[in-house]
Amino acid sequence: MGFEKFGRKSFTAMTKTAKFVDFLAEGKINGTVCKKCGTKYFPPRADCAACFSKEMDWFEMPKKGTLETFTTAMYAPFGFEADPPYTMGVVDFGGGLKLFARLAKDIKPEEVRVGMDVTIRTLTYDDGQLSFEITRA
Amino acid sequence: MAKDVAVIGVGQSHFVRGYEGSIRELAFEAFREAMQDAGITQKQVDASIFCSAPEYDKQRSPAGVLAEYLGLIPQPTFYVETVCSSSSTGVKIGYGLIKSGLHDIVVVLGFQKMSEITSAESQERMGRGADIQWEAPFGTMMPAYYALYAQAYMAKNGLTHDDLMNVRVKAATYGQINERAVYRKGVKPEDFDPKNPEAKMAAPVAWPLRVGDCCANADGSSCIILASKKKVKELGIKKPVYILGVGAASEAVNMAARPDFSQGIKVAKIAADVAYKMAGVGPDDIDVAEVHDCFTIAEIMAYEALGFAPVGEGKQLIREKATYKEGKIPVNVDGGLLSKGHPIGATGGSQIRTIVLQLRGEAGPMQVKNPKIGLVHNIGGVGLYGNVTIFGR
Repeated sequence: MGFEKFGRKSFTAMTKTAKFVDFLAEGKINGTVCKKCGTKYFPPRADCAACFSKEMDWFEMPKKGTLETFTTAMYAPFGFEADPPYTMGVVDFGGGLKLFARLAKDIKPEEVRVGMDVTIRTLTYDDGQLSFEITRA
Repeated sequence: MAKDVAVIGVGQSHFVRGYEGSIRELAFEAFREAMQDAGITQKQVDASIFCSAPEYDKQRSPAGVLAEYLGLIPQPTFYVETVCSSSSTGVKIGYGLIKSGLHDIVVVLGFQKMSEITSAESQERMGRGADIQWEAPFGTMMPAYYALYAQAYMAKNGLTHDDLMNVRVKAATYGQINERAVYRKGVKPEDFDPKNPEAKMAAPVAWPLRVGDCCANADGSSCIILASKKKVKELGIKKPVYILGVGAASEAVNMAARPDFSQGIKVAKIAADVAYKMAGVGPDDIDVAEVHDCFTIAEIMAYEALGFAPVGEGKQLIREKATYKEGKIPVNVDGGLLSKGHPIGATGGSQIRTIVLQLRGEAGPMQVKNPKIGLVHNIGGVGLYGNVTIFGR
């Protein structure tokens, strides 16, 4: 699958990490890990900046994390006008792994707290776009 | 501290909504003022550097076009971009060109004409200065990114919405007396009161940031003319302001690779440390500062990155009015980005102009009492790039 399928609206058509979208279709949120030095990356990378290797494996992201920070957008950039309000945040899984995404619509903005336990899951929009979101643990 | 490179001319257009002219004409406004300030002609200029964020320009490769309009051909010219910090990056590169001995006089011109696109389009384009592959698909925009910092910072450090409001109130205090600012009105606490139906500043944009926490887009240009010490003497420049320290840093674009959000913008701290070390001065030596207050939270975090307050305690400076003109460390006494406006590529040069005028004692109603050392903190993107530059008489 092409990377134009990623997210509410993709701005990137081609990347060597496009398989990420196939994993989303299987319900997996994957990062990449360097086969040579073991460095883990999320978002995924095709090249290891630590040892220059281009041989990468996929690994599934942890499920349990805490919400480090968040914001609720009351208006949106061009192309996302139908979506507000929506909340976006950063999950810290520990061990240097973090993730940025929207929060699931089933969490009310007033219930979101810095430091709350959260998990992540894949998401398919009505138009077939594939993404992932943060939700209650 | 080495005094090898000086600012000999500064200029700035009015920052406005909807400039009635082309980018060439806009650039000429700042250029004319800076050249007349320096008292030189185009023939004496060795090279020019043009700075902007290219996504707003229909003109590709603007450096050559603008160099011709300004009368700076056939001298070498080129283009520099680090989004909102483009023109302080241009000044850093100009410093290097002169310090190396390659050139003696360099013109650094920052410009931006943002008003030809809508605010929503503008947010989307500014967002392209962040991670378009992995973050823009979620509908990110600049206020939301800074709101991530604000949320974590406020939760940890006890910073309140009233503290943020007071940053805006301070900015407006000086925006009212800066005739070049886009926002000339005062701001009162009632303007932030969500119960007040007339309150224009209270509406959330990207919570916890409200309309009043965000700076305004503007069209504008700035021009800084740099010269070697030799040229300062030859030209008999009466009030040269020297560059004492230049620090710069870069950071991961994706929020997933950022360190603790409650600790502020990392590039600012790194750049400040480099600039202080090079200048041989510390935070207590700074008499007046310009910081990149694209959002109110950014000013509070800048206080801490620059060492004006310990981490988590930046709020005390605004509560005690220590950053007002009469305070211990005056910050953004020209209205800052919040009132002056933020024409991306022109902003750093405008901040530098303010500090140069302050150090010369020519800042008019905004003048701080007898400053000797000034500092400019200019951030590109969401802490993607950071420049800290220190100036002295």
